[in-house]
Amino acid sequence: MLTYSIITAYGLLSLALLLSFFRLVQGPTLPDRVVALELLASLTVGFIAVSVVASGRSAFVDVAMVLALTAFLAALGFARYLEKGGIHFGD
Amino acid sequence: MVIEWLTGLSLVTGAVFMLIAALGLVRMPDLLTRMHATTKAGVLGAGLTMVGVAIYLGDGPVTVKAFAVIVFLIMTAPVAAHAIGRASYLMGVPLWEHTGVDELKGRYDEATHTLASPPEPETPSRDPGNPPTPPPPL
Repeated sequence: MLTYSIITAYGLLSLALLLSFFRLVQGPTLPDRVVALELLASLTVGFIAVSVVASGRSAFVDVAMVLALTAFLAALGFARYLEKGGIHFGD
Repeated sequence: MVIEWLTGLSLVTGAVFMLIAALGLVRMPDLLTRMHATTKAGVLGAGLTMVGVAIYLGDGPVTVKAFAVIVFLIMTAPVAAHAIGRASYLMGVPLWEHTGVDELKGRYDEATHTLASPPEPETPSRDPGNPPTPPPPL
């Protein structure tokens, strides 16, 4: 039962990773790509969680925590760069 | 047995929510609706898979760490989404063509980062010159 759940979760997460990678490549503006990167980080946290259950190694939970922290800091840095960077659309 | 069922259920549900987030990221028409899809569904999905970890490895420190990850995700995702949404609005990223209300339009001063107050509604002004007459003495 748990094996099938793990395989299903891996499959769904891989599909989600492909979709958000599509948005990362295609995204019309830079903030779209930042949002796609943020979702990629969340997806990686999910992957780590599934792999903790699959392998039983609980040390990977620390990796998930650090990854969530880094993704947050990266999003804030990108937002600051976008706001102060002087790029402007439209007018 | 029950633990395995619960773990599998939360893992698959979390993966489904993250797939929904990625679908929303691809299918939604503009940046703010895409953020609306990814922030909430993505955090819920990652949190549910972490709940699966906490259920499966039911010993103390790992459970606490898994719940710390969940609390951290819930605390940081709105802040990050707010920062990116604000930056993208200030950049002038085009909104969806069917967007109904843009309340900041024309009111936000980008130089001073202040918001102009909305136009005052017409209030019936009282005449301060005429105080109410006291009742006549008997």
